[in-house]
Amino acid sequence: MILLSRRATFSASHYYWNPSWSEEKNREVFGRCSNRNGHGHNYTLEVTLGGEPDAVTGFVVDLKWLRDVMEREVLDAWDHRNLNLEAPEFATTIPTTENLAIAAWRRLEPAVTAAGGARLRRVRIYETPEIFAEYRGEA
Amino acid sequence: MKAYFGRRYMLSASHRLNAPSLSAEANRATYGKCNNPHGHGHNYVVEVLAAGEVDAETGMVVNMATLDEAVRAKVLERFDHTNLNLDPFFENQVPTTENLCRAVFELLDGSLGAAGLERVRVEETENNFFEYSGGRD
Repeated sequence: MILLSRRATFSASHYYWNPSWSEEKNREVFGRCSNRNGHGHNYTLEVTLGGEPDAVTGFVVDLKWLRDVMEREVLDAWDHRNLNLEAPEFATTIPTTENLAIAAWRRLEPAVTAAGGARLRRVRIYETPEIFAEYRGEA
Repeated sequence: MKAYFGRRYMLSASHRLNAPSLSAEANRATYGKCNNPHGHGHNYVVEVLAAGEVDAETGMVVNMATLDEAVRAKVLERFDHTNLNLDPFFENQVPTTENLCRAVFELLDGSLGAAGLERVRVEETENNFFEYSGGRD
């Protein structure tokens, strides 16, 4: 099996807030991320598929197709958005980097599976070049 | 639901690669420039990957403050701006980046709260890096 990865960048704002907690507890746990006016990041979405190279094309998947899937399923929904207010998955879930990785997997997995062949193996979200979260489809 | 959270840190340290059981010639042949008796140094990048359930209340695998504090107290305070050859961890082993990677893993393992330590990666330069998962793979 070959692993193939593609990156794309998007920019979005968010803040961390658990509505069942007091303002003090939110500040204590989430620190500066709890500022309810929000803040933003230049995120990198890194998607890894696993599969066998096609005997004719030598491709695991066509990278242009993967770029289009990433743009359609994730970037169109999240790029230049306020994740708390505009991404439906974060209406009741805190948009931490971990939860972004899980949500991006859920957005991508049906399109990858429907195409047949390669399978989604890993989704990694970089919040900064030094901070990232990943999800591998585990329960 | 299991997910992973990673963060990269930097530490600067010096070292010299020299195996006492080898002759001076064999050390020079094995380690090349890294055997320079006066030592040399690197800006190491230490990438720590934590694993665990995403907490339902916080949305986090590990609070970054917990991770930062563990890495600061156990790894950066110990190795940053030091000579690795003089650290007790390297008293009986050569401070290659493989061994530094294992040292970082062993120092951090069990100190990330509810999260587990999945993997440590140490980049010695932009072109070479080493990973250790506690011997689980």
